[in-house]
Amino acid sequence: MTGWANISQVKEKIAQTSAEDVTASYLERIRKSRINAYTTIWEGAIEKAREIDEQGHNGPLAGIPIAIKDNISTRGISTTCSSKILQGYVPPYDAHIVERLKDAGAIILGKTNMDEFAMGTSTESSCYGPTLNPWDKARVPGGSSGGSAAVVAAGEAPISVGSDTGGSVRCPAAFCGVVGLKPTYGTISRYGLISYANSLEQIGPLATCVSDIAALMDVIGGHDARDSTSVQTETMYKDALVDDVSGLKIGVPAEYFGAGIDPAVENSVWDAIQLFEELGASWEQVSLPHTSYALAAYYIIAMSEASSNLARFDGTRYGLRNEGENWHVMASRTRAEGFGAEVKRRILLGTYALSAGYHDKYYLKALKVRTLVKQDFDQAFKEFDCLMTPTMPTPAFKLEEKVEDPLALYLADVNTVPINLAGVPSISLPCGFTDGLPIGLQIISKHFDEATVLRAAYSFEQNTEHHTRRPAEVA
Amino acid sequence: MVYENVDGVKIGLEIHVQLNKLNTKLFCGCSTDYHNDEPNTHVCPVCLGLPGALPVLNKRAVEFAMKVGLALNCDIVGQTQFHRKNYYYPDLPKGFQTTQYDFPIASHGKVIIDGEDGERIVRITRAHMEEDPGKLMHIGSIEKSKGTLINYNRSGMALIEIVSEPDMRSPKEARRFLDKLRSILEYLDVFNGDLEGAMRVDANISVMGGERVEVKNISSHKGVEKAALYEIMRQKNFVRRGGKVVLETRHFDEQRGVTLSMRSKEEEHDYRYFPEPDLVPMRVADRVPEVIKTLPELPDAKRERFTSQYGMADMHAKALTSEIKVANFYEQVANLVDPRSAAVWVADILKGELNYRDVSVDAFKVEDIVEIIELVTGNKITERSGVEIIRTILDNGGTPAAIVKEKGLIKVEEDIVTKAVTEVLEENPEALQDYLGGKEKSLNFLVGQVMKKTAGRSDAKTTREMLLDRISKLPPK
Repeated sequence: MTGWANISQVKEKIAQTSAEDVTASYLERIRKSRINAYTTIWEGAIEKAREIDEQGHNGPLAGIPIAIKDNISTRGISTTCSSKILQGYVPPYDAHIVERLKDAGAIILGKTNMDEFAMGTSTESSCYGPTLNPWDKARVPGGSSGGSAAVVAAGEAPISVGSDTGGSVRCPAAFCGVVGLKPTYGTISRYGLISYANSLEQIGPLATCVSDIAALMDVIGGHDARDSTSVQTETMYKDALVDDVSGLKIGVPAEYFGAGIDPAVENSVWDAIQLFEELGASWEQVSLPHTSYALAAYYIIAMSEASSNLARFDGTRYGLRNEGENWHVMASRTRAEGFGAEVKRRILLGTYALSAGYHDKYYLKALKVRTLVKQDFDQAFKEFDCLMTPTMPTPAFKLEEKVEDPLALYLADVNTVPINLAGVPSISLPCGFTDGLPIGLQIISKHFDEATVLRAAYSFEQNTEHHTRRPAEVA
Repeated sequence: MVYENVDGVKIGLEIHVQLNKLNTKLFCGCSTDYHNDEPNTHVCPVCLGLPGALPVLNKRAVEFAMKVGLALNCDIVGQTQFHRKNYYYPDLPKGFQTTQYDFPIASHGKVIIDGEDGERIVRITRAHMEEDPGKLMHIGSIEKSKGTLINYNRSGMALIEIVSEPDMRSPKEARRFLDKLRSILEYLDVFNGDLEGAMRVDANISVMGGERVEVKNISSHKGVEKAALYEIMRQKNFVRRGGKVVLETRHFDEQRGVTLSMRSKEEEHDYRYFPEPDLVPMRVADRVPEVIKTLPELPDAKRERFTSQYGMADMHAKALTSEIKVANFYEQVANLVDPRSAAVWVADILKGELNYRDVSVDAFKVEDIVEIIELVTGNKITERSGVEIIRTILDNGGTPAAIVKEKGLIKVEEDIVTKAVTEVLEENPEALQDYLGGKEKSLNFLVGQVMKKTAGRSDAKTTREMLLDRISKLPPK
């Protein structure tokens, strides 16, 4: 019965049957799943749904099932960042967005698979094994929020949340043919999001359509006193859903169509831009000259912050512990076993970048580049309402294709990381297919101008059919 | 007199002060009132460093830190900036300490102390805010304990670390500086020095232009003085035998009174400081004028006012103002009795008795000392009795009136006795002549006469002494 569905379709279903039935059918689907997208299934979901049926709930997401990325703290539900080091950790508190979702009546189905500690572009570095792409099980779903994108694409949840540090919501959205938003830095409280790179990351919603993204944003966005970087915003995201792009000025940055881009991806994105023009928008090429330095700067900053953020996982208070003759030995043994190779690589590189003698050469320089990248965007947004680029230079690649070559994997993030450096909002939505694999269009706007991003995305969706296509077995 | 400092001693101090008069911790809402509670009962996701928890800066802690900075005559930074100091230790739940680095809240201050040869200025390099780690505990001794227990109640308490220039030239000056600092902090009402772990000191000590040695984590002012004395002696002896002092960190063994090497400078950590991304800068420059307005009268100013307003000696003013509690106590007393007598009684007598017993002035009631002073100045009891009453109250409790009664301290009204002596000598010239002529027994008669006149309110011994005194002063005939 359920499967690929948006919020209003699920609501209809609940009205016809019950929240319990809907939840049960999703749980049934999840149990039969072969894509390994959930790390934990929350058995309390059924009871929660029954409660909503019996007591009623007038929240905007009453009875709507949702999947939460495994790096977002959920009280009483295991939260592991897909890492061995957090096995057994059950948080005593809810992340801010989890509180908001519960208040809105959403039902948590479970936690979704991800690259360990959100460090990756393919969801292959999870300690639970990779999640498979619902469009082609030989391929990756993208990452790091691969589980959150795959469950939506596979009809194992109508909506989900992920986190985006350098593209971790948009990349899997593109690879899985769903919509994913990385909001402006500060729009959604990070309280309860297990930090990978604090200055870059935001929680972001994933869904089958743009309206659901807006609906989720209306629930999880807004100020939270527990996150000092969270800001007061008054946006009603649903109000941005207007099918009208007349007069919209689109910038197309040449740097985002560089070497290594798949021709099919390039064509689909240009087709999309052409459609916008037909709908009344105008476009022009623009240059973001510091783009080529963004990737290096991003990885230095992200790894530096990560090396510090992950220091707390020492086996003392929670999660895995490997005993030793003293505390230092215990901590070393715990970390040696608990962290996977990619996490260790990033901790080591980050530690190196912050070390005396290298700090100025790497970390400080990366911060300077970050400022320049930000200025590129500021400059572009003086002239344009939004920028459009391919989200990923290629469609989903094959499992294990890039496992042995971390640098190739890092290069896949080239179009997404500058956005995180600048802190601006950007969305990825389906704009075409190649060999049965979805292609993502990225729309970027200036700080706190999610409205423009949503309006453009919504208009595109209203005038295309890409978002209605679904993987064979979900249909 | 000029202090020579023949050994070229230089002492600089780094003092960690817990801003324990705050209601909540530095980055979370946990209560700071944990000292009498079970371990790990004043904790939350933030101060336990649970995954995903984020810090929020306590605005009042910033205000407290600004007060400290201003009271130490520092410049206040334009906006706050926090850094992460990365190192691994079990008491550090996040694997880094959130602290201030190149933009401390306050810098370039000074404190004036009574030095070896008069007023001495100790420059304050900086004062920065940071969080306290948890506390490691062992069952029995460290060696015998089966494991280490960690109490995170302290984790996340707001600290201010005050760093001085090496301007102190002797262990005594170091101690005076600490006394003065504590005094200022208590005046500001940001700090209660009586609580365990409220102030911890690292001392940097060098002699004769040699490298400095850091002695870490000394918990008392007396300890700092002792550690410095030991360290100066050790370094002098070492140099005398041809050694060269190198940068190193040492630990002070309080029980044995010696310092022991912990690590040399080469083994020092690389803390990999970088700005804390989870905290945004807080603008404080605009708030300086308003914080200045909240500053109380500080010890130096109060000391000057006490001498001019109450006409007391500077020595008394100093003694009375070093502790805010004592100063407030004194002023209450001075409102009720003669301020100068009050100064003598509180500064010289009561304070001495309190120090001897190591109790604070809270142990004594204003009305009790007022009553005692009134009894003495009203000539009802002797000074010695006054002291005795103070001691009795401190040791056994009670009220002055009850103690006077119980111990029979009311002084026999001397004028009655004096008058009786005069009368008896006038009325019995023969007996006087007999005594002066060598008849010892006649004195006994005279004593008896006086006692008869005073109806026994004077004892024989006193009366005898008074008679002898009077007789010795009689003009020769």
